[in-house]
Amino acid sequence: MGEQQQTLWQFMSGQSDKLFTQTLQHVGLTFISLLLAIAVGLPLGILIARKRKLSGLVLGIAGVLQTIPSIALLGFMIPVLGIGAKPAIVALLIYALLPIIRNTYTGITGIDEYVKEAAKAMGMSASQILFKVELPLAMPVILAGIRTATVINVGVATLASFIAAGGLGEFIFGGISLNNTNMILAGAIPAALLAIILDLLLSVIQKMDFKRLRRAVYILPVLILILGGFYILPSAYGSSLTAGFTPEFMGRQDGDLGLKSAYGLKIHTIVISDAVMYKAAFSKELDVISGYSTDGRLKAFDLRILKDDKGIFPPYYAAPIVRESALQQFPQLEATLNLLANKITDSAMTDLNYRTDYLHQSPERVAKDFLISQGLYKASRNGNRGTVRIGSKIFGEQYILAEMYSMLIKGNTDYNVSTKTGLGGTKICFDALTNDQIDLYPEYTGTGLLVLLQPDQQVAKAMAHDKDKTYQYVYGEFKKKFNIKWLKPIGFNNSYALMMRDKQSKALNINTITDLKKYLDQN
Amino acid sequence: MIELKAVSKKFNHTHAVNEVSFKVNEAETLVLLGTSGCGKTTTLKMINRLITPDAGEIYIGGEAIANQDGDALRKKIGYVMQHIGLFPHYTIAENIAVVPKLLKWPKAKIEERIHGLMEKLHLPAHTLNMLPNQLSGGQQQRVGLARALVADPAVLLMDEPFGALDNVTRTSIQQEFKALDELKRKTIVMVTHDVQEAFELADRICLMDKGKVVQLGTPKELLYQPVNDFAKKFLAGQQLTLEFKITKLSDIWSFLPNAAAAEEKSEVADVSVWEAMELLRSTGKDRLLAVDEHGKIKALSFEQLTKGFNQYQNLQAHG
Ligand SMILES: Nc1ncnc2c1ncn2[C@@H]1O[C@H](COP(=O)(O)OP(=O)(O)O)[C@@H](O)[C@H]1O
Ligand SMILES: [Mg+2]
Repeated sequence: MGEQQQTLWQFMSGQSDKLFTQTLQHVGLTFISLLLAIAVGLPLGILIARKRKLSGLVLGIAGVLQTIPSIALLGFMIPVLGIGAKPAIVALLIYALLPIIRNTYTGITGIDEYVKEAAKAMGMSASQILFKVELPLAMPVILAGIRTATVINVGVATLASFIAAGGLGEFIFGGISLNNTNMILAGAIPAALLAIILDLLLSVIQKMDFKRLRRAVYILPVLILILGGFYILPSAYGSSLTAGFTPEFMGRQDGDLGLKSAYGLKIHTIVISDAVMYKAAFSKELDVISGYSTDGRLKAFDLRILKDDKGIFPPYYAAPIVRESALQQFPQLEATLNLLANKITDSAMTDLNYRTDYLHQSPERVAKDFLISQGLYKASRNGNRGTVRIGSKIFGEQYILAEMYSMLIKGNTDYNVSTKTGLGGTKICFDALTNDQIDLYPEYTGTGLLVLLQPDQQVAKAMAHDKDKTYQYVYGEFKKKFNIKWLKPIGFNNSYALMMRDKQSKALNINTITDLKKYLDQN
Repeated sequence: MIELKAVSKKFNHTHAVNEVSFKVNEAETLVLLGTSGCGKTTTLKMINRLITPDAGEIYIGGEAIANQDGDALRKKIGYVMQHIGLFPHYTIAENIAVVPKLLKWPKAKIEERIHGLMEKLHLPAHTLNMLPNQLSGGQQQRVGLARALVADPAVLLMDEPFGALDNVTRTSIQQEFKALDELKRKTIVMVTHDVQEAFELADRICLMDKGKVVQLGTPKELLYQPVNDFAKKFLAGQQLTLEFKITKLSDIWSFLPNAAAAEEKSEVADVSVWEAMELLRSTGKDRLLAVDEHGKIKALSFEQLTKGFNQYQNLQAHG
C-alpha cells in the first residue's frame, strides 16, 4: 500500500486530529516561552539600559546561551527538569532571550536624550519616565525583538518533540526517520506557515504609528497569554506505567502499531527522541522505552529487554550497503569491507556501544581496539588512488562501524577515505548514497525492507521475521531498483526492543511483552 | 524670588559654573548671556535641580531647593528647552497635558486650560490631535512653551527657546512672547547667546564668561557702563541697534514734533525706537502717530525718529 502513494492532503485529513493537537501544542509552546522570555528579558534590558556597565556581560551571556545547539540544550535540561513541557519551555525561553534583551536595550538607549531630559524637567519620576516615555518610544524596537524571538521559537519548537513536549516536530522527525515525505510535509508546512503568519502579524503591529501602537500593546500580552494557553499537555489514556517511544517507532507497523495490534498493549505513551530516552528511563521519568537491542546505554543505565514473545520486531542485521558504481571504481573495496563479516556479535556490539556512549571513548579508539583484538588492524598505507566516502547515521554504533571500515580500507588498500558521519536519519543517509554524495554506509536489513523498500504488507509479513529471507529480498531489490549492493552482514542484530529498568521489571515480574500487557490490564 | 549664592559645578576637570551668584526679582526677566560653553545651561539646570550643584545654595521663594523633592520641585517650574524635546509619541494635546496629568487635574480643567493656551499662542485647534512631527518648527516651539506654561508656574526657565528657529519665525515669536500677558507675572530666567535677543527681552542681563558672572545689570548699564574689556567687546559692532532697542519713544518724546488731531490709529509711547522703526518699515507708511498717557499726539517719520534720538543722545552725553 506504500504511504507514498497517498497524497499529502489525504495524509493530513487522515491525521487531522493529530495535526490539530500538534499545531496547538506548537503555538502554545512558542507563546508560553515567549511570554516568559519577555517577563525575564524586558526587565533585564531595562536594567542594562540603566547600568550600561552591565550591558556587555548580560548581552554576552545571552549571546552565548543562544549559540548552544538546541539538541544539546534540551539534553542539559533533562537531568534538572526531566522531560516534557518544562525543559522545552525553558530551552525556548533561553533562545528567545537575546533578541528581547538586546532590542529593549537598544530601544531605550536610542531614545533622543532631549526627550528624556524633557520628561525629567516636567517633573516625571523615574518610573513615570520609564512607563510613559521610554518604553512607549522603544516599543517599535522591542516589538522587532519579540518578532525575531517568535520566529526563532516557532523553529526551535519543532525540536520539542525530542523531549516529549509535542508540537509539529513529531510529524517532521517521525517523517524523516520513516522516510515518509507526506508526514514530514504535514509537520513542516504548518510550521513554516505559522512562522510566516506570526512574522507578518507582528510586522504590522511593529509598523503602526504611536497612537495605534499604544492600543495594540495592551492587547498583545492578552493575545500571547491566550495563544500560550493552547498548550495542552499531550495526554492519551492514563496507565500505571508510562512509555516513551521515538517518533519513528510510533509510526511503524513493527513498532507501536504492531504492539497495539499483536499484543493489544494499551499504555500511556509520550513521543521522545532517542537521544534522551534512555536517560529519561533511568531517571524514572519513563518506565518502558523503545530501544535498540545493541545499544550501549542498555548496559549503562541498567535496562533490560522484554522478550518479544509474539515476534513482532523483525531482525535488523547490519551490513554495509555500497553503490555498484563505487564497487567498480574501487575493485578491492568489497573484499576489504567483507573482512568484518560475521565478526561482531550482539553482546560485542553492545559492549562497543557502551564504551563510546557511556565511557565516552572516541569511536576511533574503540574501533581500533576491536580490530586489533581481532587481528584485523593494519597501519594506514596512506594511499592516494581515489577516495572512498563513508557515511553514517547519527548514533554511536554507526560512527564505530564507519571508523572500522575506514581503518580497514586505509590499511588494506591504496585508497584514501573521507567520512561523512552523523547524517541525520535513514532517509538522509540513503539519499546521500543514491545521489553519489557517499559511496557506502552501514544499514540494517529490517530498515532496508520496511523503511526503504516498503513492500506490500503481505510480502513484508511473509519474510519480516526470517533473517535470511529478508536479506535475500533486500539484496535483490536494492540491486534492481537502486543499483546498490548489500555486502555480507556484520553479525549482530540491532532490532527494536522494548525495555524497562532491570529493577522494576524484576519487582513487577515482567519479562515479556505479554507480561507487560497483563500487568497493565490488571493495574 | 530666585537667589543663587556662590553656586559651582565641575564636570570632570571643566569648571562649568564657578561661584555664580545672582538674584531674580518677582516678575522679572533675567537673561543669562554669553558665548557657547560659558555655563549658562548648567546654571539654568541647577535651578530646577536637573543638575545638582557641587557647592553653593539656591533659593526659590526663600526656600533652599536642596531640601526639596526634585520631581515635585520640577512640576512647579516651567522649562522650555532649545531642542524643544516634545514627546514624539504623544499628540499635541497630550504633550501639553503632561504636567496637569501628573498633578492629577480633573479632565475638564485640563481641556479648558489647553484650549485657552492654544488660542493665546496662536496654535490652530486642529493640531491638537496631531503628533509633533506633523507641525512646523515654530509651532513645535509654541507647543513647548504651552507645555511649560500650562500649570501656571510662578517660575519659568528657558534655554535658548528661539534658538532652533529661522530668523523670520524667531522675530515674530519673540514679539508674541513679549506681548503675552501670561508671562508678565512670571519670574523668568532665560538663556541666550544672542545679544539682540537679550536686549529685546531682558529686564536685566547676566553676562557670563568661563563659568563666571562678568556683569549683572540692566541693558542700559551693560551698554553704557561695561565693567571690562570683555563686556565691551561682547556688544561691539551692534551698538546702534542696541541703543535703538533700549530707548523708548517716551525717552525722546520732547524731541519729537507735535501732530494735529489723530486722524488714524496711533501707537503708545511705550515702544522702543527700534520697534517704531520696524513698524515704519513693515507697514510701508512714511509716518506714524504716537500718543502718550496724556493723550498728546506726535507724528514720526524715519528722519524725525533719528533726529529726536540724536538730540536725546547728545543730551545724555553732555547733560
Ligand atoms: N554633562 C556634562 N558632562 C561634561 N561636561 C559638561 C556637561 N555639561 C556641560 N559640560 C561642559 O560644561 C561647560 C558649560 O556647558 P554649558 O552649561 O552647556 O554651556 P552653555 O549652555 O553656556 O553653552 C562646557 O565646557 C561643557 O562642555
Ligand atoms: Mg547651552
